[in-house]
Amino acid sequence: MTDFRTPRSRAQGLGAAGHGVSHWISERVSSVALIPLVLWGVFAVLRLARSDYDMAVAWLASPVNAVLLALLAVVSLMHMHSGMRVVVEDYIHRRITKTGLLLLNLFVCALFGALALFSILKVALSGGAY
Amino acid sequence: MSDVSKTIRARPTSPHVQVWRWHLTAITSIMHRITGVALYGGTLILAGWTIALAFGPEAYATYMGLLGSPLGKLVMFGLSFAVFFHLAKGVQHLIWDTGLALKVRAANAGAVATLAFALVATVVVWIIAAMTGAL
Repeated sequence: MTDFRTPRSRAQGLGAAGHGVSHWISERVSSVALIPLVLWGVFAVLRLARSDYDMAVAWLASPVNAVLLALLAVVSLMHMHSGMRVVVEDYIHRRITKTGLLLLNLFVCALFGALALFSILKVALSGGAY
Repeated sequence: MSDVSKTIRARPTSPHVQVWRWHLTAITSIMHRITGVALYGGTLILAGWTIALAFGPEAYATYMGLLGSPLGKLVMFGLSFAVFFHLAKGVQHLIWDTGLALKVRAANAGAVATLAFALVATVVVWIIAAMTGAL
């Protein structure tokens, strides 16, 4: 069978869509990372649900809690950005609407990621002083 | 060539959900997507918690008051089910990605296990919450 692909295109392995399987792989990698992070997150929520402000600040001042919460937030936001992107691409076919929703999805995830990271660092490093 | 070529019949379409018998793998697949979208909101609620904490005691008390209200608890209950369902179904998908458990019997068993795990884990977590005074 004749192969019309150039040697370079074969070597790059990016396929017709131009980005190869990176999106598919990043979904799997983030989902594997989220299995332990989410289980830890459930126990964290159970503990924090009966914490007042000072207890919550003290909890977040622990390096382990601060880092795991930051990882949970960032990996969740990456994972849900991938997932919502697929949902939009599946159901929205009008180009302008689709582009707008994909941008909104990206901006919401990036904004909340930045806000969450800054907030976690502020509380963890300052001990809640504001 | 006869008249047949002039008659344009509607092209055959594949069966849709209205005429398909519902089966567990389809239901759990749809629920996987619905719970994923619900968890989009759940993650924003988690991010909102860190922001409220960084804003100080009053903002934190207001935010915890919202989460502890009857509506807040209902949302948290739904999110806890969504977490465990999406987690279990996600694990089934990761197993499928390795090429295993794709036969009908194994896929159905995985769907049953997913539902069972999600229901049991949700109930257990809320019993723990009630016993530790987190409600």
